Amino acid sequence: MVMSLEARYEEFWRQSIKQLNEVVKATGLPIAPDEKGQYSLWYDVREMRLRFSISVERIKRFFEGLREGKVYTTRCKRCGRYYFPPQADCPYCKASDMDWVEVSGEGELLTYTIINTKPLTYSHYPDYVVAIARMREGFNVLAWLRVDDSRKVRVGMKVKLQVVKREPEGYLTYEFIPAEQ
Amino acid sequence: MREVAVVGVGHAKFGRRTDTTLGELAWEAVKEALEDARLDQRDIQYFVVGNAGGWSAESLPAVVVGEYCGLSPKGTMRVEAACATGSAALYNAYLAVASGMADIAMAIGVEKMYESPTPTVVEFIGRAGNYFWEFENFGLTFPGYYALYMTAYMNRFGATEEDFCKVAVKNHHYGSINPKAQFYGTKITIDQCLKSRYVAWPIKLYDASPITDGAAAAILVSEDLARKITDTPVWIRSVGVATGTANLSKRPDFIGLDAAYQAAEQAFKRIGIEHKDTWKYFDVADVHDCFTIAEVMAYEDLGFVERGMGIQLIRNGQTYKGGLIPVNLDGGLKAKGHPIGATGTSMAVEMTKQLRQSVEPRDRQADIYTGWALSHNVGGTGHYAYITIYSLDKDGSPKVKPRR
Ligand SMILES: [Zn+2]
Repeated sequence: MVMSLEARYEEFWRQSIKQLNEVVKATGLPIAPDEKGQYSLWYDVREMRLRFSISVERIKRFFEGLREGKVYTTRCKRCGRYYFPPQADCPYCKASDMDWVEVSGEGELLTYTIINTKPLTYSHYPDYVVAIARMREGFNVLAWLRVDDSRKVRVGMKVKLQVVKREPEGYLTYEFIPAEQ
Repeated sequence: MREVAVVGVGHAKFGRRTDTTLGELAWEAVKEALEDARLDQRDIQYFVVGNAGGWSAESLPAVVVGEYCGLSPKGTMRVEAACATGSAALYNAYLAVASGMADIAMAIGVEKMYESPTPTVVEFIGRAGNYFWEFENFGLTFPGYYALYMTAYMNRFGATEEDFCKVAVKNHHYGSINPKAQFYGTKITIDQCLKSRYVAWPIKLYDASPITDGAAAAILVSEDLARKITDTPVWIRSVGVATGTANLSKRPDFIGLDAAYQAAEQAFKRIGIEHKDTWKYFDVADVHDCFTIAEVMAYEDLGFVERGMGIQLIRNGQTYKGGLIPVNLDGGLKAKGHPIGATGTSMAVEMTKQLRQSVEPRDRQADIYTGWALSHNVGGTGHYAYITIYSLDKDGSPKVKPRR
């Protein structure tokens, strides 16, 4: 399933590398006109791929929660502050005594947008609604809002946070759905 | 702290500059700045390079620029503050001179965004928020971040997409007569803007600034040197610097940028004015219009008018030349272009020329009454903010300009 995105991504680069090889073969140099055919560009023969590895060690509980179908936040035991996204430390108390609390999931939409021009790594999804909602507890969450018709979305509407599987990649994440249909 | 003046400015042509390397593009601006100040490279004791990078090939741009422009072996550093990188460079050079570490310093902003294919650039800019929690799972784009503000603003204050298009039309009007602008010669109409495609609803293509290559430079000197070098030093009277949250979700509302408000508060305090009705102190301003909504929020974060009233300024044409407060007479990011690392230094160049009354053509020269100008440069979506205040006066507070 992950292949569909990879295939698109590979195709994008395969095309440009193919063109580059043809130019080198024909002219002896990786030099060709720019997109507008105006100026000469050297097309890089070295490729660097970027994929990062990010520590989740101290907030593992959050991801275990997703497996249980729950969205967790952390709350400082000393000052009671909620942290979403969850964080392991409370900089205000200079402490790391945190409770893991399940999010109520009830929120009210503060704002939203529809992403029409997508990043390449998101190009395999239909246009998606990204929303920010204020949760009952007082903190905000940013996530996709799952709706059949984006014209029905309104600032102030009630939404519910739920754990979902993001397809086609098949990994667990969270998104909003309208609370009342 | 010593007073600091701008005595030389240079500006490369903004646009798709596939005819230049990073060094060559920077040189266009550096050469012009040196000529403007009638100084030589050996006079520059310290230089700082603003370059956000990522999309361009050079990993150590400051040294590459220094070598190409003949500034080596003087000390340097590369600074980054997202889209406010150019203002961060100016601030760094300002600190060097104000502190006495250097008598003459140069700030250079340069960016080459067309060294990567557009999809790569879109991807990079989309990651310029909080990467893990907002991009990795939810694929926000840069227009997407600002669209969250535009939706909230429209909902709260009853502004329309047409109102925002008026910002685009104004900035294209001035960009079309600025030979250094990316969209030199290109005016647009409200209708064209309204009919352009959505990139992140409610933001349309014509609400957005373009991908741009560009460079700009400014030479800053101490107070005792300023008058020896020029008859018209432009003093950097105040800089306000602030940050917002990386996570948009951690912000309480989406109708203004707190970082910009906080930076303005600091900047105004230092020159002894209240953060209210500030339009009356400044002859001209450059504000960060990466999207049309950003310009409207800037009017309010800067206290030109109250929250929610910014949209009236643009509706009534009050930010054109001759209005209450002329804004972005160079075309703004929208039409002059937005080469990330060069944008802030470009604003410094423009404010200096405006105060010197040397802007050509005269159609985009503001009328100078108080001799004070201001630039507002935001990094990310209110992640960073730099407010810089320029004046022809070395001392004192701004006077109130006559009401027209
Ligand atoms: Zn705490």
